Amino acid sequence: MSPLKIKKGTTKHSAYDLRDPHAEAQERHTLAVVVDNEAGVLARVIGLFSGRGYNIESLTVAETDHEGHLSRITVVTTGTPSVIEQIKAQLGRIVPVHEVHDLTVEGPSVERELALFKVTGQGEQRIEALRLAEIFRANVVDSTLASFIFEMTGTSEKIDAFADLMRPLGLVELARTGAAALSRGAE
Amino acid sequence: MSRQMTGAKMIVQALKDQGVDTVFGYPGGAVLPIYDEIFLQNDIRHYLVRHEQGAVHAAEGYARSTGKPGVVLVTSGPGATNAVTGLTDALLDSIPLVVLTGQVPTFMIGNDAFQEADTVGITRPCTKHNWLVRDTANLSGTIHEAFHVAMSGRPGPVLVDIPKDVQFASAPYTAPEDMPVSHYSPKTVGDAERVEQLVDLIERAERPVFYTGGGVINSGRAACDSLRELVDGTGFPITSTLLGLGAYPANGKRWLGMLGMHGLYEANLAMHGCDLMIAVGARFDDRITGRVQDFSPKSAKVHIDIDPSSINKVIHVDVPIIGDVGTVLDQALALWKSRGSKTQSDAVTRWWHQIGDWRKVDCLAYTDNPKTIRPQHAISRLEALTRDHPDRYITTEVGQHQMWAAQYLGFNEPHRLMTSGGLGTMGYGFPASIGVQVAHPDALVINVAGDASWLMNMQELGTAAQYRLPVKQFILNNERLGMVRQWQELLHGERYSHSWSESQPDFAKLAEAFGAHGIYCDDPADLDDAIMEMINCDGPVLFECVVEKHENCFPMIPSGEPHNKMLLGENASTADAIGTSGAVLV
Repeated sequence: MSPLKIKKGTTKHSAYDLRDPHAEAQERHTLAVVVDNEAGVLARVIGLFSGRGYNIESLTVAETDHEGHLSRITVVTTGTPSVIEQIKAQLGRIVPVHEVHDLTVEGPSVERELALFKVTGQGEQRIEALRLAEIFRANVVDSTLASFIFEMTGTSEKIDAFADLMRPLGLVELARTGAAALSRGAE
Repeated sequence: MSRQMTGAKMIVQALKDQGVDTVFGYPGGAVLPIYDEIFLQNDIRHYLVRHEQGAVHAAEGYARSTGKPGVVLVTSGPGATNAVTGLTDALLDSIPLVVLTGQVPTFMIGNDAFQEADTVGITRPCTKHNWLVRDTANLSGTIHEAFHVAMSGRPGPVLVDIPKDVQFASAPYTAPEDMPVSHYSPKTVGDAERVEQLVDLIERAERPVFYTGGGVINSGRAACDSLRELVDGTGFPITSTLLGLGAYPANGKRWLGMLGMHGLYEANLAMHGCDLMIAVGARFDDRITGRVQDFSPKSAKVHIDIDPSSINKVIHVDVPIIGDVGTVLDQALALWKSRGSKTQSDAVTRWWHQIGDWRKVDCLAYTDNPKTIRPQHAISRLEALTRDHPDRYITTEVGQHQMWAAQYLGFNEPHRLMTSGGLGTMGYGFPASIGVQVAHPDALVINVAGDASWLMNMQELGTAAQYRLPVKQFILNNERLGMVRQWQELLHGERYSHSWSESQPDFAKLAEAFGAHGIYCDDPADLDDAIMEMINCDGPVLFECVVEKHENCFPMIPSGEPHNKMLLGENASTADAIGTSGAVLV
């Protein structure tokens, strides 16, 4: 006999309906998690990821609402669609978590990361590094006769690309903040 | 008007204002100010356990049998770490607990002080939430919030860690009614459109089954009543997980029995062959699903649960309904009735005929042995002799006896079975029975136990004796770790590595040593009289029931197999029944 058909709804808002739950492809998602700014809250979020075996590609956290004692955690994670849904549901049930937004599926968003690059070198190499930094709109924030520190803000891909270029030109140290992200538009 | 008081006094006051009358605990250096306040009042009764793990399990028994939160008070360091097993147990089985731990003074935290442990760090993954209170001004508010979190949404254990200087310092007391509204308030009402999809499926299903879990019991008596009304109204069959037993009565017309690894044949085959599965407050645990890829392959699945993270975690469902089980069932009932209470009754009758054929397998049948007590027989006689008791509560330890208890005992009301389902904590049942007896002083409370599990928390015999709690310990003694032995027989070439006890105590003498009553029985002919002696004794009883040593628990879905590949008892061939891929599963 034929399987029971599910009556189609008129709304399509549930996150469960958005993507094929059986897809095996790994997806990269940026989650914005608004939490109470209290002791241990970051440990709860990180402990959830390690305890349940989820990935963290990057994580940033800082207080964003001093009056309301709220912090915003931006997590970039990868997983199959069903794992991503689990991550969001698990985050949502942590008591000091107020909101969980999946910026990757909730509409267009901007994502930026800040990075500092220490590049050492002499002569032609040094000039080439400076020239590329200009093309990438990286700022020089420290300089000695033998080194530069460049500061760059951009998408994680842009930072990856710049780091790849700097490596043969004497990149010795790299510090990245991890992604911060906001949805586009007025809301 | 706010009253100024010390932190210790505040704790006792907050407990009273939360309606607490019972605390299970064990004193120590970091909680002495609180124990001092407990000494000075009579509203809250404190039960001194013999080990902190026992306190938490006792509180679990109290909570499960009453629907109220269980409260535990223990000291810092080892007091807190000993509570960890109980906290994890309560988290997995969604039992509301409020555990208060002492902590070294704030100015000593981080210095490796005497009896210091990072309690909130250690218990973060095994509580629903926890708090370290650094300022007496926040103490009463934190305790009220702790009760709110423990009881709201999917219930669970919470912990409040209270440094000793915070207990001594004074601050204004915040009463519960003066608390700001907590931001933690899970959604309880189901999405109307989803409920409509459910009702639509109920009207069209030809082979439906209800699959219910502990969430129904946690939701409360009203949810159980709504479930009963919907099941009886539709005439659909119903099965339940271990933790859900009693939500629908075992003597009810639509009852199939428990499902899962050691569930009934007809229940598991109904799950496998259904075209509509209505999961209510259950979480598709691996003990229920068997091989996930082959789980109920042809059914439309509806899942009602208050915890969004339970939805689609293991099994993808077609209609998820997030909300309180009782509320959603009421929504569904109201809509279904308003649309004329329709079902495909002819098809459902045919479905019942099919189920009737499966029932004829009589999967729980066993042959009595006139010389040795078979464990199934022991539990069956216990059922026969206590079934009609007006107020019977059962706790269990973990293992074969636990499954036999679930198979052969009938639970007609919720809150009557207390057992460690999710974590499978050996040593749970005895302290839990103490908690149940404290909550129901006149009830018949029986812990169905195995010898190995029971010995794990046997020190609580002191607690039972001290408070004259007439708990009955019905110990099936096979001198084995029965379930371990069974798996070694089926999976590990009958190499019985460390699964038997070489030296057993004389249980009757042990009882006597603690001031309890001991009963020994190894003859099927004496069993009924011995059970009656246990029931009629007005104090704690240790009943050693010597049973067949090599009994296996059937039916059994071997690890890594789907529902329709069950092993049955007696006539079942167990040779090569389990593939090597199943052996890696627990």
